[in-house]
Amino acid sequence: MKRTRINIIKKSVFVACLIAASTSCERSISDDVEFATLSNGGEIFTDDFIGMGEDFYFPFIGAKPDVFSVDMDEGYESTTSIRIDVPNADDPAGGFAGANFVIDGSGRNLTEFDALTFWARASQAATAGLFGFGEEFSTEVAQVDLTTQWQQYIVPIPDPSKLVEVKNVFRFAAGGIGTEGQEVGYSFWIDELKFEKLGTIAQPRPAILAGQDVTVDAFIGQEFPLIPLTQTFNLGNGQNQTTLIDASYFTFSSSNPEVAKVNEGGIVTVFRQGTAEITAVLNGVSAQGSLNLNVLGSFVSAPIPPARDPSDVISVFSDSYESLSGLNVAVFNGPGFPAGEPISISMTDFDGNNIIEYGNLDFVGIGWDGNVDVSGLQFLHIDVQVTQGLSPSDILNVQIIDFGANGVDDGSVRVDDTGGGFNIPAADLEEGVWVPIDIPVNQFTLPTGGGFAGSPNLTNVARVVFVGNLGVANILVDNIYFYRN
Amino acid sequence: MMNVKNSIRIKVREIVYQTTLFAIVILACWACNTDDTQDVVTFENLVRSDEFDVEGTPDPEFWDFDIGNGPNGDGWGNQELQYYTARSENATVENGFLIITAFQESFEGSDYTSARLLTKGLVEQQYGRFEARMRLPYGKGIWPAFWMLGADIDTNPWPGAGEIDIMEYRGQEPTRVLGSVHGPGYCGSEELCEETAVSTTFELENDRFDTGFHVFGIEWGPNFVNYYVDDVLYNQITPDDVPGEWVFDKPFYILINLAVGGTFVGGGPNDETVFPQRLLVDYVRIYN
Repeated sequence: MKRTRINIIKKSVFVACLIAASTSCERSISDDVEFATLSNGGEIFTDDFIGMGEDFYFPFIGAKPDVFSVDMDEGYESTTSIRIDVPNADDPAGGFAGANFVIDGSGRNLTEFDALTFWARASQAATAGLFGFGEEFSTEVAQVDLTTQWQQYIVPIPDPSKLVEVKNVFRFAAGGIGTEGQEVGYSFWIDELKFEKLGTIAQPRPAILAGQDVTVDAFIGQEFPLIPLTQTFNLGNGQNQTTLIDASYFTFSSSNPEVAKVNEGGIVTVFRQGTAEITAVLNGVSAQGSLNLNVLGSFVSAPIPPARDPSDVISVFSDSYESLSGLNVAVFNGPGFPAGEPISISMTDFDGNNIIEYGNLDFVGIGWDGNVDVSGLQFLHIDVQVTQGLSPSDILNVQIIDFGANGVDDGSVRVDDTGGGFNIPAADLEEGVWVPIDIPVNQFTLPTGGGFAGSPNLTNVARVVFVGNLGVANILVDNIYFYRN
Repeated sequence: MMNVKNSIRIKVREIVYQTTLFAIVILACWACNTDDTQDVVTFENLVRSDEFDVEGTPDPEFWDFDIGNGPNGDGWGNQELQYYTARSENATVENGFLIITAFQESFEGSDYTSARLLTKGLVEQQYGRFEARMRLPYGKGIWPAFWMLGADIDTNPWPGAGEIDIMEYRGQEPTRVLGSVHGPGYCGSEELCEETAVSTTFELENDRFDTGFHVFGIEWGPNFVNYYVDDVLYNQITPDDVPGEWVFDKPFYILINLAVGGTFVGGGPNDETVFPQRLLVDYVRIYN
């Protein structure tokens, strides 16, 4: 319930989420493992499937089930290969291709290999969503570019010693090509699919939290996953290859287990006030990235807003009112403040009460679906709790941006976009205490760092912006809504 | 690799020799065609070595340092990006190894620091077996080298003095090393030479140079330089192979350096190049 997602503003996070979603459907390993009898063969498909048994093909939930065949006219230096026909997005049988190849029988001992390798080509240049293997020790390469020429692909094993029995020996997922929602299908072929000992998989650089040292204020009971979890190797061709991997490859540790612990799944749970640093090791190599928790104590909710007539409220973010759809707590943001300290953005659900937390905030823009007309309303309300020490000169700057009649973000060209800011001085804030702030909608008069002149239009409002680089860079936010009395 | 003004246009014969059998064949053939008084396999008398057993500053009776970014401020003629220092951070002897470390740091106008050690005026020899056991660094733009220059270079400028590159390596190609000779008329500079240096690539199979130690060496005698990695002799260069004067019948001195960036490695490091990078040298041995 109190799971906190740390937004690391990197593409890979999104990919990781997709993958987690797409692969979490399968998870099982035989209880009666007999190590002595396991095959240690690496080959999965050469000219035919090898040692896979009868019933090994398991499509992902939601994927088109019948995309897989063995092509007898196409292959890498041969005439047979695995063929996958990626469907169109609007295919009623399923809008994407994706499946696990799970050995029908005993798993294999893969401890003597260092990579899954295969050759692949596609009917046209395309980017497949993922290739990988493993159940408990899932290992995946995301966003793989396929060309019309046969090319070899290498999925390095993060730590072969863990793979004493693997049944899920191959996994893929791919959607069509083109505009989101209208993707067009294509075909790709896979051949010479096998685990190998290449001897050139080297220089491991495991990472948690995308390799960033993240510092967050936390509350008792909060949980933090350390994703994305990755392992990066340098391949024999000199290229680096990063895999998204299961937490079970890592050994996690907490500098202060009384304050916070990590379980084997890489989930950090906060127990008491204090500080703790969470780090990880993979096969003897310290992972890049850490989570530095500053536990403030028990969480206290912001005051519950009063009941209002729905026509009097346009809510961006509140559990007390019906809010706008498509909330994005960071449509845009800066790298962090002070310089060199990375911004942290997270949203936590405290038993049904969601709050947003910004740390090392320089600036962030909150967005939602569509634009709203707030010209008939009186105030922008926010509840703010500052989680840092305050100096008298510190300021939290709040802005709104209106996208104008054309309704779209015109970027630096502006066209009809307008925006303006309002300063909340330190005197109106308090560390560790929720403070309700009501800003008259016509008081966003200050020019903005982004170049807006102030006093924006109010009929197509699309963003609420928080600027922390005037001193108030660590805040909790709740109940962001426009209203009238 | 010194004073190369432009990209090295080398004639690369990429051959992977998997057994020493072929090497023996080469020696056998060579023996048939050459003066009977010459013998390649007699360099077994160790005359000088540094085993790097004394911690701290490299032995000053063996090693000197080149400092800076080259006499012309052009990255030693190669557009190398590092500033060479004699600081212990960049070169030190520790745990039985000479460790040369390249850092990404602002220093004297350069973005990287590293070290270049040389035996000029200290250890110079004509002919013999020269070998070093090393573990190489890795990553785009990383360029370690174990090489030799003619000891008369002060009066006979490069490439006239001659250069024997026992080992050069591009960090973006972690399975390959090169062995080369440069001389008058054949060198890595298009301005100074009509012909390219004479060079051969050696590639490891199912292994790479940055994960373990390998021995890089030459056997050098009158009219030949033989190149080997570990127990594999992978090339022989003779006067017939060089498109110019053979200038390898005089004393040479040794250099070991770790460059960052340069024409040889196709420019500088990229975002994925990890720093610091370390070149480990277990020993340098000279036989006659």
